[in-house]
Amino acid sequence: MTRYFTDEHEWIEVEGNTATVGITDYAQGQLGDIVFAEVPAVGATLSKGGDAAVVESVKAASDVYAPVSGTVTEGNDALADDPALVNSDPEGAGWFFKLELSDPSELDGLMNADAYKAFVDSL
Amino acid sequence: MSDDTEMRELPLGDWHRAKGARMVSFAGYAMPIQYKGIMAEHLWTRENAGLFDVSHMGQLILSGDKPAEALEALVPGDISALKEGRMRYSLLLGADGGVLDDLMVAATPTGLYVVVNGAVKHQDIAYLRANLPGSININHLEDRALLALQGPKAVEAITRIVPGVDQLYFMEADLFLWGEVPLWISRSGYTGEDGVEISIAADLVEALADALCAQPEVKPIGLGARDSLRLEAGLPLYGHDMDPTTDPVESNASFAVSKSRRVEGGFNGADRILKALAGGPARKLVGLSVEGKMPVREGAPIFAGEVQVGVVTSGGFAPSVGAPIAMGYVAAGHNSIGTALEAEVRGKRVPLAVAAMPFIPHRYHRRGASK
Repeated sequence: MTRYFTDEHEWIEVEGNTATVGITDYAQGQLGDIVFAEVPAVGATLSKGGDAAVVESVKAASDVYAPVSGTVTEGNDALADDPALVNSDPEGAGWFFKLELSDPSELDGLMNADAYKAFVDSL
Repeated sequence: MSDDTEMRELPLGDWHRAKGARMVSFAGYAMPIQYKGIMAEHLWTRENAGLFDVSHMGQLILSGDKPAEALEALVPGDISALKEGRMRYSLLLGADGGVLDDLMVAATPTGLYVVVNGAVKHQDIAYLRANLPGSININHLEDRALLALQGPKAVEAITRIVPGVDQLYFMEADLFLWGEVPLWISRSGYTGEDGVEISIAADLVEALADALCAQPEVKPIGLGARDSLRLEAGLPLYGHDMDPTTDPVESNASFAVSKSRRVEGGFNGADRILKALAGGPARKLVGLSVEGKMPVREGAPIFAGEVQVGVVTSGGFAPSVGAPIAMGYVAAGHNSIGTALEAEVRGKRVPLAVAAMPFIPHRYHRRGASK
């Protein structure tokens, strides 16, 4: 399993040809109290960098982008009842969706944990 | 609102940063959006007391020859009847009766004390200067800061350090002493809770903020919670829920058109406003309860079936309600309480119902009320 990060503050954990996607701890801290999350429908086709999900804090709505292209295999239904999971466990139970990768080579441009940490520190 | 890249500093800027605030640009100033989190700050204010820095707002003194009578040409309130130490909410009207700003006016021994919104204060001052007689002086108190202390324990907390504040009732104001420092304090605010607003010399505001936050009931609260609190209280946010294209009747502010002025007229837009009062406005600002959990925000169109009948002007999650709520303009025939409507958010329809405001009851300390 390998975890990658985007400069839009999503994480993606890849196992074989499938992956789990969420937003980073830094992202949830910036957003503040999450009151609503909308995950993509199973079967939805996502393209790298396109809108994938929506996360809303008290103050504003923000898009979650697809780190890579693929087909959604599962959405995290727990977020409907408990959107605050994104605050309390953003890089675990607060995941957004799983997808089957359509082009694994797209992972090449993403950051690893060290590179993402350096990126966040530079903000 | 304003997202000016150049942010001006308010007297408490560094104080907010030291308290862990996240600063954003608002009305051209660097201001705290939140400290610990909007939800916690909102709920703290409803239970205890929250300290808000509202020093971006414009504080003016109108003095000279009968400023109340002069101001009445531009606002629909009965300002000349205001007794010393009394305050009133009013609206600055353009020639066509559109709302240029909402404001507070208090009668003081030195003239009318007027508080206007930060984002439009400079244009307000220019408008007042152009439209009030030359015999009226307009003094912009740029060397004063403004704090709001809001919540059910606010008055108890401030009275501990500024004796006598608890003697004020809602919409009353007076001069008090904090040690030797004069404070102009009104029992008012914009959260729906009891509380006060405190005008103080800018160079002394940091010490006062520290003294207030040393009280166990008091925590600093950011703009994020200020917005969610006022939305639950059904209070319009200027520039969003009312603006120059809306008149006071449409803006759900008919109460600001005083009885005597309804008879006499004589203010900007009186024809339009008195006609709307008599016949009902073509559209009206109403509260909206939202079904489900998805927030409906400013700009979302409102539908009755296939026909668009309105637009959301403020909306978000309401921490004390525990659900999303909104305010918006809805056309006559669709805006009575309980009417079922839909908003469109990201291509999806969200059920709404026209709701009575406030969403959370006001808890003002009114004179003559039995508590």
